[in-house]
Amino acid sequence: MAARIPRVPAREQAPEVRATNFDEVCYGYDVREAMEEASRCLHCRNPRCVASCPVNVKIPQFIACVAAGDFAGAASVIAEDSSLPAVCGRVCPQETQCEGSCVLGVRGEPVAIGYLERFVADWNRENKAVRPSPAPSNGYKVAVIGSGPAGLACASDLAKMGYEVTVFEALHKPGGVLEYGIPEFRLPKEKVVKPEIDDVRSLGVKIVTDVVAGRTVTVDSLLDTEGFSAVFIGSGAGLPRFMGIPGENLNGVFSANEFLTRNNLMKAYRDDYMTPVIRGHKVVVVGGGNVAMDAARTALRLGSDTAIVYRRTENELPARREEVHHAKDEGVEFRMLTNPVEILGDERGWVRGIRCIRMELGEPDASGRRSPVPVPGSEFEIETDEVIMALGTSPNPLIAGTTSGLETTRRGCIAADENGATSRPGVFAGGDAVTGAATVILAMGAGRRAAAAIDRYVRGGEQGGRPENG
Amino acid sequence: MFRIVKKERLTPLIYRMEVEAPRIAASARPGQFLIVRTEERGERVPLTISDYDPEKGTVTIVTQEIGASTADICSFGEGQSFADVVGPLGMPSDFVGMTAGQLEGQRYVFIAGGVGTAPVYPQVKWLHSKGVPVDVIIGAKSSGLLIYKEEMAGYCDNLYVCTDDGSEGFHGMVTGMLENLVTVQGKRYTQAVAIGPMIMMKFASLTARKLGLPIVVSLNTLMVDGTGMCGACRVTVGGRTRFACVEGPEFNGYEVDFDEAMRRQTMYRQEEKSAEPHVCRIDLRSSD
Repeated sequence: MAARIPRVPAREQAPEVRATNFDEVCYGYDVREAMEEASRCLHCRNPRCVASCPVNVKIPQFIACVAAGDFAGAASVIAEDSSLPAVCGRVCPQETQCEGSCVLGVRGEPVAIGYLERFVADWNRENKAVRPSPAPSNGYKVAVIGSGPAGLACASDLAKMGYEVTVFEALHKPGGVLEYGIPEFRLPKEKVVKPEIDDVRSLGVKIVTDVVAGRTVTVDSLLDTEGFSAVFIGSGAGLPRFMGIPGENLNGVFSANEFLTRNNLMKAYRDDYMTPVIRGHKVVVVGGGNVAMDAARTALRLGSDTAIVYRRTENELPARREEVHHAKDEGVEFRMLTNPVEILGDERGWVRGIRCIRMELGEPDASGRRSPVPVPGSEFEIETDEVIMALGTSPNPLIAGTTSGLETTRRGCIAADENGATSRPGVFAGGDAVTGAATVILAMGAGRRAAAAIDRYVRGGEQGGRPENG
Repeated sequence: MFRIVKKERLTPLIYRMEVEAPRIAASARPGQFLIVRTEERGERVPLTISDYDPEKGTVTIVTQEIGASTADICSFGEGQSFADVVGPLGMPSDFVGMTAGQLEGQRYVFIAGGVGTAPVYPQVKWLHSKGVPVDVIIGAKSSGLLIYKEEMAGYCDNLYVCTDDGSEGFHGMVTGMLENLVTVQGKRYTQAVAIGPMIMMKFASLTARKLGLPIVVSLNTLMVDGTGMCGACRVTVGGRTRFACVEGPEFNGYEVDFDEAMRRQTMYRQEEKSAEPHVCRIDLRSSD
């Protein structure tokens, strides 16, 4: 029986080696491994994996192609629903989505859907098998703000429908979080990100860098003077959060966004780039999500002794399971049930330590997670000369503040319905700009739904579920 | 691309460049800044906008060589192009949003130090075009290092020049000049604006407070993206942490924690030194 074949592990760089370089950690499957793993799929009549994929990739169908050795066929199946498969195969939280709902996982290990998707995408890129091509123009122009996962997914779907899409990117390189946020060792830039973005361009999508929406152009100017029929806002998460504790503006305290942007987008880890970065002797990263793992593993690779401080326990870490394992294997220290109360400075205004308090888990809160409560009198100090805050983000006011008739939520995110329709006809939004910091694949799902809604709006004058009243 | 159409040397270390950037030229307002990246391996360097011409589609930047990255920018010549110029960034000056009624009766005094004189110029021009009387104080170490004297003279009511060594104009600091204007010469201003080295803005704010004069300062903090994403630019203003790139760069001078801002400016100095060749610092103010 197929289920008895154990899950095929993916080969990886040895922890002690990879902790000193920025090369990709995971090598992925070769042809034989991929076909063997693909043979484990039971091809359920009602595949729960498809329903739990935010972009609904036809998973059993592509896996059947892999098992049969038809890798180009597999690539075609994935391309129908995903514009960034080599990215998603690497960074999706599969354990809570496709693989988390795999029937095989009930008694054993789920099918390695992520590794298989990655294999297909990598094979397709290396063999140039299934190539995207532009659809005939339908004569309508749509503007997309932000070239991250939400914007790229929205732009791809619109281009496939015949729209002339222009993507405006604030930074000097397209990709959004794929470029500035996720490190090279998890998502190689030249090898993986660039070719996938080039594929989006091959669909006819135009990407213009160095344009800040809300400053260089506004949503109003795009609609009123630049002739776009609709605008999609996929501008990403926004301003890094800090804790509001004393000492956060000391020298040596950084947001994970700054630390990662310097290393990823600006390549501070490479000697041939001018970007400076601080390499602390002992680095403390505060937070438990993927960004915290990325920051910690980057600091480690820059030569720092690195610890993660998190106020709940390991079970509550919101990061992908694989990232936690990788971080541990590489030597990142995990200090759970620990919460900073003050960052301590030396006489020059640089970080010298962080005072923390021990926590214990109390009653479950509204989200169902047990909320951490401080243990009275348990404060202690950790010696550190660099603190990196990875606590999520708060909305960027740039676009909401410069677009007329665009409503925001109480938290300051752009208000949009499940199809991305905002309060302003013709303006759609999705991804972190709407939800706050989430995942690549959720942003892509939002971008896809918005693309469908934009098509309905432009062709039928329909804004979401409501008729257009402007 | 962002082609340099004109380059001039204003002092031994300060250069003025007019750069093709039509979208920025069309949307820039006084008080805003931009970011230049010379080439793939370069840093993103925030610079003030010292002029913009929507018709020609150009913006003017004035750069002083103070480290490896600014030296890199200054090494570019006419006809060459920067890889990236992005902007305008930050909020325009408060007066840009003011009505004619609100500007009525206003009288501005600008305190400009060193390379910070350049971004004062578009502000003075704007106010002049609205009929608001403007006086300008320009300071530098010595006569040969003063910039924008002639340009400024065309748009301001009174121009006061100060040099640290007394080689031209008032012998002393810009703060001394401001105090002299108000207390000795009896000048009345409703608003002061100081742009220059952080230490100059700190003392200008202290002087303005003593004189009971509201003052706005423009903070040249560290930045990476300039759009609010990195938080490198955070400053304490009125006891709260603010992001200079999206909420600034201009803040109430009374409320800025200048000592923290100056300390944060030096954050990467050690790292940058190891990368930079020797740069002559002879015309830098000792305070910068």
